Amino acid sequence: MADDLENIPSISVKEPLDLVRLSLDERIYVKMRNDREIKGRLHAYDQHMNMILSDAEETITTVEIDEETYEEVYRTTKRNIPMLFVRGDGVILVSPPMRTS
Amino acid sequence: MFYSFFKSLVGKDVVVELKNDLSICGTLHSVDQYLNIKLTDISVTDTEKYPHMLSVKNCFIRGSVVRYVQLPADEVDTQLLQDSARKEASAPTR
Repeated sequence: MADDLENIPSISVKEPLDLVRLSLDERIYVKMRNDREIKGRLHAYDQHMNMILSDAEETITTVEIDEETYEEVYRTTKRNIPMLFVRGDGVILVSPPMRTS
Repeated sequence: MFYSFFKSLVGKDVVVELKNDLSICGTLHSVDQYLNIKLTDISVTDTEKYPHMLSVKNCFIRGSVVRYVQLPADEVDTQLLQDSARKEASAPTR
């Protein structure tokens, strides 16, 4: 049985960007500057972390401080965009989606 | 790679969201290696509470101030993009 093993061309993971390559056509989570996060399906990326995402959902988190009680109220705004180009200089990190369900 | 991707979208309507939160809808006229963008026939989307550029028809946007570009989903070949990205990863076009 060992002799029947084919030479399957292996994808080598050498550098961090190779890890991103593994996520192509998969849903990913992107943390961005200015308290923004995006979840979407990754279609393209480059060394600058410019990316193309489809079915993207952007979440913007804001903190409003109540002047009287001084409590911090966290709000999130979401929007959906069918096809989005994201400029790499705004990207902080890229990861598979953190799903609790 | 994204330079040629945007070149393939010249003539299409896009929405460019800038880092200063301004969203501009327009027709993609041209793009360059820095992903600077020229838009024609622009209008400010996203509730025109942002600087109204009522008299401005065309604009040049420096690539570095772009946060997002919203694209029409049906104009994008996702398979082609994925294949290009895979190739780009092993041999980056410098």
